[in-house]
Amino acid sequence: MLKDLFHKRRQYATLGLPESARQEGAAQKDNIPKGIVNKCKTCGAILMAKELQKHLHTCPHCGYHFPLDAPTRIEWTLDNDCFFEYDAGLTAVDPLAFPDYPAKVRKAVEQTGLAEAVVTGEGTLQGHPVVVGVMDSRFIMASMGSAVGEKLTRAIERAGQKRYPLLLFTASGGARMQEGILSLMQMAKTSAALQRLHEQRVLYVTIITHPTTGGVSASFASLGDIILAEPGALFGFAGPRVIEQTMRQKLPDDFQTAEFMLKHGMIDKVVHRKEMRNTLAAILRMHGSRGWGGGD
Amino acid sequence: MATELEFEKPIAELKAKIEELRAFTQQSGIDLSHEVVKLEQRLEELTETIYAGLTPWQRVQIARHPQRPTALDYIHGICSEFIELHGDRNFRDDPSVVGGIGLVDGRPVTFIGHQKGRDTKENIYRNFGMAHPEGYRKALRLMKQAEKFGRPVVCFIDTKGAYPGASAEERGISEAIAVNLREMAGLRVPTVSVVTGEGGSGGALGLGVTDRIYMMEYAWYSVIAPESAASILWKDSALGAKAAELMRITAQDLKALGIIDGVIPEPKGGAHKNPAEAVAAVKQAVVGALEELAGTPVAELLQRRYDKYRVMGVYAEP
Ligand SMILES: [Zn+2]
Repeated sequence: MLKDLFHKRRQYATLGLPESARQEGAAQKDNIPKGIVNKCKTCGAILMAKELQKHLHTCPHCGYHFPLDAPTRIEWTLDNDCFFEYDAGLTAVDPLAFPDYPAKVRKAVEQTGLAEAVVTGEGTLQGHPVVVGVMDSRFIMASMGSAVGEKLTRAIERAGQKRYPLLLFTASGGARMQEGILSLMQMAKTSAALQRLHEQRVLYVTIITHPTTGGVSASFASLGDIILAEPGALFGFAGPRVIEQTMRQKLPDDFQTAEFMLKHGMIDKVVHRKEMRNTLAAILRMHGSRGWGGGD
Repeated sequence: MATELEFEKPIAELKAKIEELRAFTQQSGIDLSHEVVKLEQRLEELTETIYAGLTPWQRVQIARHPQRPTALDYIHGICSEFIELHGDRNFRDDPSVVGGIGLVDGRPVTFIGHQKGRDTKENIYRNFGMAHPEGYRKALRLMKQAEKFGRPVVCFIDTKGAYPGASAEERGISEAIAVNLREMAGLRVPTVSVVTGEGGSGGALGLGVTDRIYMMEYAWYSVIAPESAASILWKDSALGAKAAELMRITAQDLKALGIIDGVIPEPKGGAHKNPAEAVAAVKQAVVGALEELAGTPVAELLQRRYDKYRVMGVYAEP
């Protein structure tokens, strides 16, 4: 049944994304195998494009999760024809006159068809209205500058106004260095908005995808009422290379993976991409009604 | 003393020369007082020129000076009485973060700060001011305690960053910082932070979501330490000076960018040259801010704090 759902959705889903983004998203999907085949980074299995597609860009042999672009993620998560994008035209500027930054942004826009590293909007998931945000690591490692912080903050505020549960799929290299202190302050801005959402008692679920690090890890990604993660996703503050270099510490192979973080009590559940939509729907059902009365 | 920084050497050399001439005058009886006066005048000019034209990287050196006053120096200097409180009640007491209750002109205030050491032994104990999750959780415990008793909270920020090690990751450094950001945004008492030395990234911000934010004149505050930025940008951490210019990390930069509320003046050459003067300046700024914030209805206080952070960021919209 689940398979049917995905199958159907894949065929008919249309998104409220700019046409360019959708085409890019589609091209990206077709691109992964560069026509025919793709090699699994973990087990080395050769995967046909069709097979990869069927398994939602995960390896059927070892379970490796290939990176997913934001438009595809939204398509595979929400119900058909049911995504209304917020703030599609909001873009970065270059407040510090940082060398090469505008060119870097321009290149990311061209390559992804997205205006920034996060896509936000609202839609339904198995009939439940939700506000969603999905970060796209193809866009400057989905680093958080002012535009990303602003889009997320607006999405958080709208979730509070509408009392829709908020789902954020995180992926990020951290705060965007090229915007300096303004990037750092996006951590405070998004967290302050989440403080209000918390007080409004609106459900907030984060889904950690590979890799979620730095300032994003140390702000909104870690503040979900429920924190899910895709298998193998890196989730940590300081990257493993930084730790190995600066502290000269040898790290275990699974360091900072979703499984490691689960073991250390930092996340609630590791969820395979094929189970994500159903898991989210179950969580939404469990928060849909009061049921027992009490509280205020 | 090895307290002089590289760019201060010309000043030290000139001072030594003046001393030499004075000593020579005494010993030989040859009057060189005219030369001494001339050199003293030159010294004054030189000092003025050097400190007026400090580069961002030179400011970073001052901010990291081993003799620079630490959080406990400021706290003890500002309070007539102070009781340090320890522990996060979960794992351990993190010596990289200190906190407690002090009396400031007779009124109680909760103080929290990153704590560095003066020498190697102290710095190892303090982990060079790089906090673990339990440091941020201790800070949060003390903030909630302050909220319960209606005391304002003052945070002194001075860290290269949160500890980038396996132990910090295993115990959830991301979560600890994130929760502080969220809870500080909603703390129902007035809050003030002062970047006294280094404001390194999320580790600094973890004590820094406050109604008022100040920086000491020679402090730096940045999304990433300049040498780390250099190693990312040019694969060379030795280019920290270049990155420091680019990243806009000085107190004056942050004031111009609209991030901080004020710059606290330091004694010429840095707080370590005259700690008492630095403490007095910090006390004046902190007490002034608390006076301003006192009596603001909580709802208004929280709304203003929200608005303060809400407008941070620059972006374009069609
Ligand atoms: Zn595989």
